[in-house]
Amino acid sequence: MSETKTKQSLHKRNDQLANAQRQLEILNNGIFANGELPKFADKIAEIDHFPLRPNKLEILQINVGYMCNQVCEHCHVDAGPDRKEIMTKETMRQCLEVIKKTGAHTLDLTGGAPEMNPNFRWFVEEASKAGIKDFIVRSNLTIIRANKKYYDLPDFFKKHNVHVVSSMPHWTRGKTDKQRGDGVFDKSIKALQELNERGYGMPDSDLRLDLVYNPSGAFLPGDQVAMEKEFKKGLLEDFGIHFHSLFAITNLPISRFLDYLIASENYEDYMYALVDAYNPTAVAHVMCTNTISVSWDGWLYDCDFNQMLELKVASKVKHISEYNEELLQNRNIVISQHCYGCTAGAGSSCQGTVA
Amino acid sequence: MSKTYYDPADLRKFGKITEWSEELGNKFFDYYGKVFEEGALSAREKSLIALAVSHVVKCPYCIDAYTKDGLQRGITKEEMMEAVHAGAAIESGATLVHGVQMMNKYEKLSM
Repeated sequence: MSETKTKQSLHKRNDQLANAQRQLEILNNGIFANGELPKFADKIAEIDHFPLRPNKLEILQINVGYMCNQVCEHCHVDAGPDRKEIMTKETMRQCLEVIKKTGAHTLDLTGGAPEMNPNFRWFVEEASKAGIKDFIVRSNLTIIRANKKYYDLPDFFKKHNVHVVSSMPHWTRGKTDKQRGDGVFDKSIKALQELNERGYGMPDSDLRLDLVYNPSGAFLPGDQVAMEKEFKKGLLEDFGIHFHSLFAITNLPISRFLDYLIASENYEDYMYALVDAYNPTAVAHVMCTNTISVSWDGWLYDCDFNQMLELKVASKVKHISEYNEELLQNRNIVISQHCYGCTAGAGSSCQGTVA
Repeated sequence: MSKTYYDPADLRKFGKITEWSEELGNKFFDYYGKVFEEGALSAREKSLIALAVSHVVKCPYCIDAYTKDGLQRGITKEEMMEAVHAGAAIESGATLVHGVQMMNKYEKLSM
């Protein structure tokens, strides 16, 4: 991977894969068009799950912007410092209205680096007043050490009883820096130690600290329980770090990960691996069945991946300003071949395995 | 027909061997699956053994499969290379220990 490529988003480089339509063309053509592999819709029709329908809404996931201090090679958001899409305070106000009345038990803030939104703290303070049961912020860890103005984030999270979920591709420096950039490992370790000092991730602590593991390459995640054991052993022995749970998440073939798969000539093998690992029991529990994803500009999606593919919800209600949970629950979920990523093996979601 | 003996895409077709001998094929795959389950040895340890043996028997399909399996299990490249050396050491040792046979024969035949 070239130096330029690791530093700029696909959008900044005007890469063809910055175009969601182009990504969908790739996913729908080739091995899926010539019948070599079955389309996702046909596969779930075999078990009477087509069209895919939502279950009870549990998670409201809000993406407050695509700006990030990192440019990770596998990022499905194509996030980076050059992305300027940031949720406005007005859209945040609309989100707050929804947060106050939603039936969802979990609020999940993501990005980019959500902390880079200038109204992030105001939004967290206001949202925490709604008394939602589980309030997640997906923090990339390095942001805590990126600039003085973020140094107090661990205290801020603690004050609002935020559940911190952070990416950590491996418990060794080499693998982490290869995927996420030079120096990311050391900064992440420091940030984890600071969170531990506040009580985050400590055994028996109510301050939840969970880690997300994404494979750093064209392979699927291993068993989540076994990986968690390895991570805990590695991080505790080498750095004295504690955390609660590990979420093993499969990389979906979209955006920068799709770019990587194509450039490294792994695309077809990876799609075969996803289809071969298709687990019908995961279908009923995929995250789009219990989640609504909101984009920085207030549009509604079945999941964060559909958001990046610009596949809006198939409902009369498409924007946070006209949010109606009852109407939304009565929709068909929009699918394409990337959905195989969520049904492979033990299944995959933003909360880890599902089956 | 393919012009090379090995085609990486053939690995995906491994399961098809049951089509020409269902009973034996199924017995093999049942056995294979059972062998790699967690047991007195962990599935992780067995994956490393499989990787070492893959090199000793020089099976390109197996090398692809168990390198990927190791990555999925979070096995590091250092661990993988040590496993390959363990296999290579046994293989070269197996050659060299025959040197004793050569020495014996040499002595027997020499005055």
